[in-house]
Amino acid sequence: MSDRGLIVGGLVLFLGLVTLPVWYNVAAGRTAKPPELTLPTQAKSCVAPVEYMRASHMDLLMTWRDDVVRQGERTFVGLDGKTYAKSLTGTCMACHVNRAEFCDRCHDYAAVTPTCWECHLESRQVQRTAR
Amino acid sequence: MNALGSLVLVSALAGLGFAGGQVAGLRPLFGMIIPYAAFLTFLLGVSYRILVWMRSPVPFRIPTTCGQQKSLPWITPSRLENPSSTLGVIGRMALEIGLFRSLFRNTRAELREGPRLAYGEAGLLWLGALLFHWSFLFIVLRHLRFFLEPVPGVVNALAGLDNFFQIGAPSLYVTDVLLAGALGYLLLRRLVNPQVRYISLFADYFALFLLLGIAVSGILMRYVVRIDTVAAKHLALGLVTFSPVVPEEVGPLFFVHLFLLSVLAAYFPFSKLMHMGGAFLSPTRNLANNSRMKRHVNPWNYGVPVHTYEEWEDEFRDKIKAAGLPLEKE
Repeated sequence: MSDRGLIVGGLVLFLGLVTLPVWYNVAAGRTAKPPELTLPTQAKSCVAPVEYMRASHMDLLMTWRDDVVRQGERTFVGLDGKTYAKSLTGTCMACHVNRAEFCDRCHDYAAVTPTCWECHLESRQVQRTAR
Repeated sequence: MNALGSLVLVSALAGLGFAGGQVAGLRPLFGMIIPYAAFLTFLLGVSYRILVWMRSPVPFRIPTTCGQQKSLPWITPSRLENPSSTLGVIGRMALEIGLFRSLFRNTRAELREGPRLAYGEAGLLWLGALLFHWSFLFIVLRHLRFFLEPVPGVVNALAGLDNFFQIGAPSLYVTDVLLAGALGYLLLRRLVNPQVRYISLFADYFALFLLLGIAVSGILMRYVVRIDTVAAKHLALGLVTFSPVVPEEVGPLFFVHLFLLSVLAAYFPFSKLMHMGGAFLSPTRNLANNSRMKRHVNPWNYGVPVHTYEEWEDEFRDKIKAAGLPLEKE
């Protein structure tokens, strides 16, 4: 049949597309290594346990935002009993100083584009230099 | 009960995946070996079935025609409904595969009072099918973010389009809602409509429940029971770079998702889901209706000795002439 070439061609194209990730990563010489983060040196613990923060930090930030903007509640009591200010720039980024070496590493790896920094400044440092 | 049976089977499979994610000794099996085996089955099975279909003889043109055939120059032909050229066929196939044109013609028949048979449009099945398939394609393409490093801009753009409404964080994907809704409708249609329910087989429900299981576990992981996304990508990237790892942080819900997907991939070549490839190969759609312009000779015809009229006329020419009968060729 004259259609055989067409069908085989289509099948090869399909198989190539389905296995695209293999070729893409092989061509780029990637390994499966997850990103490495620069962790803060001065503080020993975060506002919540690491496992929670890894999976659900966005929940916490959204709750903080709603609390501050709508209710005006600005203090957060952590599991360890310490109180923190509900502030991305003031609390989170006081320890995690460098956005590029902490936030962006995972966000880029997982192709997440949060809208935080469309309004918030990156850190106190940036604020001070801006002044 | 076909519906209940397949629901029980899919639930059992989901439970198996969940258990596989809990037991430390089984995690490599469910995180590496089964996905590899399932994907290999998918590739080989799909190729095998396409190659078998390729060898089926299609000696004649058998397109379904839904419009005016090309004939005299002053009669407008229907180029898409009754294509006579390759270009027309390409247009017809593109509309068929991209927009399910033939499903759009779906009608329903019901007996009204009288008794009177009434036909009506039934576009809801078309809409549900279209929404499901396009959402599924979008979701599959969006999942490339777990398999490609660095993530190409196209995938990011697709995700950006999908979370257009920016509801919550992680933001809601429109296709997640559409897919779950469409699958729910397609399932309800089988359960509620008595005629459709009568002809629904175990495999029909199984495919729907399996897809629903994958969708629900994925939606749960994104919006409700959050998982460590970086660990999930680590696992996925490990699989496609042939250096598989099962990170500690990957939870049992992820294993449900992965195992149900593996089942779908392995089941695919043996099921009605092969319509993905079959849609391209259906001879009632992909052939041009040119039987009146071009003679299609069956290639395996037995060589029969024939005596044509012209030969017969030559043989008896003088006798026909003598009898005063008309001749084709003087």
